[in-house]
Amino acid sequence: MNFETTIGLEVHVEMKTKSKAFSPAPVQYGQEPNTNTNVIDWGYPGVLPEVNKGALEYGMRAALALNCQIRQDIHFDRKNYFYPDNPKAYQITQAQTPIGHDGWLEIELEDGTVKKIGIEEMHVEEDAGKNTHDPDGYSYVDLNRQGTPLIEIVSKPDIASADEAYAYLKKLRQVIQFTGVSDVKMEEGSMRADVNISVRPIGSDQYGTKTEMKNLNSFEHVRSGLKYEEQRQENVIRAGGNIQQETRRFDVNTGETVLMRVKEGKSDYRYFPEPDLPPIHISDDWIKKVKESIPEMPEERRKRYVNDWGVTEYDADVLTQTMEMSDFFEATVAQGADPKLAANWLMGDVSAYMNDKKLELAEIALTPEHLAGMIALIKDETISSKIAKKVFKQIVANDTDPKAWVEEKGMVQLSDPAVLQPIIDEVLDNNAKSIEDFKNGKDRAVGFLVGNIMKQTRGKANPKVVNQLLMASLKER
Amino acid sequence: MDYFKNDLSSIHAGLLNKDFSSKELTEETFKLIKARDKKVAAFLTLDEENALAAAQKADQKGISAENTLAGIPVGIKDNIVTKGLKTTAASKILGNFEPIYNATVVDKLAAAGMINVGKLNLDEFAMGGSTENSAFQKTKNAWDQTKVPGGSSGGSAAAVASGQLLAALGTDTGGSIRQPAAFNGIVGVKPTYGRVSRYGVIAFGSSLDQVGPLTRTVKDNALVLNAISGHDKHDFTSSEREVPDFTAKLDGDIKGMRIGVPKEFMDEGVASDVREAIQQAIATFEKLGATVDEVSLPYSKYGVPVYYIIASSEASSNLQRYDGIRYGFRADDVKNLEDVYVRSRSEGFGDEVKRRIMLGTFSLSAGTYDAYFKKAAQVRTLICRDFDNVFSDYDLILAPTTTSTAFGIGEEINDPIQMYMNDILTIPVNLAGLPGMSLPAGFSKGLPIGMQLIAPQFAEETMYRAGYAFEQATDFHKEVPTIGGEN
Repeated sequence: MNFETTIGLEVHVEMKTKSKAFSPAPVQYGQEPNTNTNVIDWGYPGVLPEVNKGALEYGMRAALALNCQIRQDIHFDRKNYFYPDNPKAYQITQAQTPIGHDGWLEIELEDGTVKKIGIEEMHVEEDAGKNTHDPDGYSYVDLNRQGTPLIEIVSKPDIASADEAYAYLKKLRQVIQFTGVSDVKMEEGSMRADVNISVRPIGSDQYGTKTEMKNLNSFEHVRSGLKYEEQRQENVIRAGGNIQQETRRFDVNTGETVLMRVKEGKSDYRYFPEPDLPPIHISDDWIKKVKESIPEMPEERRKRYVNDWGVTEYDADVLTQTMEMSDFFEATVAQGADPKLAANWLMGDVSAYMNDKKLELAEIALTPEHLAGMIALIKDETISSKIAKKVFKQIVANDTDPKAWVEEKGMVQLSDPAVLQPIIDEVLDNNAKSIEDFKNGKDRAVGFLVGNIMKQTRGKANPKVVNQLLMASLKER
Repeated sequence: MDYFKNDLSSIHAGLLNKDFSSKELTEETFKLIKARDKKVAAFLTLDEENALAAAQKADQKGISAENTLAGIPVGIKDNIVTKGLKTTAASKILGNFEPIYNATVVDKLAAAGMINVGKLNLDEFAMGGSTENSAFQKTKNAWDQTKVPGGSSGGSAAAVASGQLLAALGTDTGGSIRQPAAFNGIVGVKPTYGRVSRYGVIAFGSSLDQVGPLTRTVKDNALVLNAISGHDKHDFTSSEREVPDFTAKLDGDIKGMRIGVPKEFMDEGVASDVREAIQQAIATFEKLGATVDEVSLPYSKYGVPVYYIIASSEASSNLQRYDGIRYGFRADDVKNLEDVYVRSRSEGFGDEVKRRIMLGTFSLSAGTYDAYFKKAAQVRTLICRDFDNVFSDYDLILAPTTTSTAFGIGEEINDPIQMYMNDILTIPVNLAGLPGMSLPAGFSKGLPIGMQLIAPQFAEETMYRAGYAFEQATDFHKEVPTIGGEN
């Protein structure tokens, strides 16, 4: 029996608005518990929600970037459920009138073909707080996150494999990041994915029963979890069993999924229109304004790098994978760096360093100014590419101005013939044997001589100039 | 000083003339409260210390001619939050709750210089029409202490009617200001939905709730509504419309005003003594130069079921926050999280509140939503349309406020359907978001009869103008109850 797989993703993205979706409390990650809260976030008696227009505009921005249609008459709904991290016992969401619908994203498959993944709908809602369970026997509620504006993006069941899901998430992350709506940091929980998956024999006209995994916070976990789950479901069916509708957990240590709970019927959230917030009309003008506020998307940046700066297609693609990298690259070029050299350094040594140290661009000491400064030193031959490696090591780990440091350490390349010639003459005088070897056609002798000259200059001699002067001198002898 | 012989304007004049200070007035008010509230039990909490301090401050600041409410005591229904002053909604679940912020209306009254003397009893979470659903005490009718004061703003109405105060704030979700005003022979106004901020009002039915004043005269009422109206950035359902001076058109002239009387509000469901009083009121309006015609609001007969579905659905969601986690009552010796929820709520809420939570939860459930909540919302639209039709030809609607005069304490409390039907004449006004006023229009067997005036949205001025003209032409508002032989 051969199977086909159907995967659906619901992705939650926290917006980086200044204040919360329905209260003026600040949105900030990593603060002392319950400090970024007010009476609205606590669900105090008598409080009312206040719509953050900025959150709504961010929602529209994301919807437009995901090629969604904007619904122009919207209202909010209440989703009712009891939980200590949900102080009103309802979440304000958009169940009936999601702000965006019928969008799509293009992903590139491994064989290079492009596939369109549909987006069912995209809505704006508020996040819940956080419960922690302490060994002291108490549970603690932190409402800092309560009310943080979220976008929920629901895919159509167009995703047919774990790898496609992975590609979709990467693409989604990229697009959202470039809209400026969210930092989309999985590790801080500002991007989380719920996935569901079902398999069915090829040709079957009905979807199989799906299982769910919630709150996955790494793309790799999504991919591994789905791969495992796909195999598990196929095995169950092949063995004559049935898939139960259930929620499973991906175990990072074993790479397997484990049953959390079986779904018995649908939970009833008793959705109804939020009576505290009047319906909102989104005018054509408003949509236009938001459209104009969308920053340059990766595709546009890529084109600009290729056309204006002569960067290769491949390099441009890599540089626009994340906004941090793309912004860093542009800032480096803005500081006067040669775009191709800047691209090489960022994709080569800088990326290698980040991978090695497991750090993000924002976390390393390197600045676009310093990288551009170093590239300028290479370009005007103040330093050799060999010295450049030393300089890079310094500026990537420390907040050091490359030019000042090179001068201070006396690393400036010796290119002046007037300085180099006497050194070359001295080396030749002391190595008559090598001159003879050279005359007899032994090219290795040149290497030996250059090495000696380099040793004399403690590596600072400009190899190009040394070569020229040496060849000329050899011919004269 | 006697509130029975004064109104806000005469008290203001007394303060201006320095016949008495705000501090003396406030002290006198507490004396009145202590004497008369023994009979009617309107207050849940008194705030004497802070009230006297505020009065002293008002005196120091000096009272100006423009500031007509400055230095005058007022009472607040106990479902409106007051910073640092216990606010219970007459529920055990909030029995010890001290808010850390003020409702917008409380801030507005303070800005107008009014002195908050304390918190007034109500049916638990404003659910009821007799104030018998209070978890703490039974308030009595100012005219007959064996009768209910009406509800849910029973405390506010009884306090004003018994001469403890000239003004109090109430809230009205289905008649909770107008019905107790009618039962106590005073003036109660539910403003247009959106006219007054709901921020800090403990929510019952969010799409219906509205704060309004209870006073002994129409003009006093308009003065207090002036002070509490207006857009509030904390309440997105509050209107940005400009607020007129509601006292500006109180000149007694209503010649040519077109008044409609819905036949559905004058059928045999309404007691004959009430109908008679309304007939006489119609004659008075005609004498004043208004034209009065019979009109029809055919869908209003569905008002009660529609209201009990919508209000209870919203309430079932609004009251979920009382979960024993962050504030208010938490049951003792709970075993786990579910126990915290179930036992705190089972022990903290009273029967009527639980009944409505269950009704609302049922109406919103996946299998019943379409047949109940959605259908009710659709019928609500039809009820609104009924009013629109009448208001395309009429300036005002006139009707009785209640189907009878005040009933006896304990008489209906075990018959929820009968209790719900009491609101049949007031509920459609909330469903349509209209302004409505109840004012005294007669007496039967020593108990007051209330007349209701209903205006188009944001046309409170018309309502006040007609109410004032009627009041000037009649003497009902001059009648006062006998409270313990004190007057």
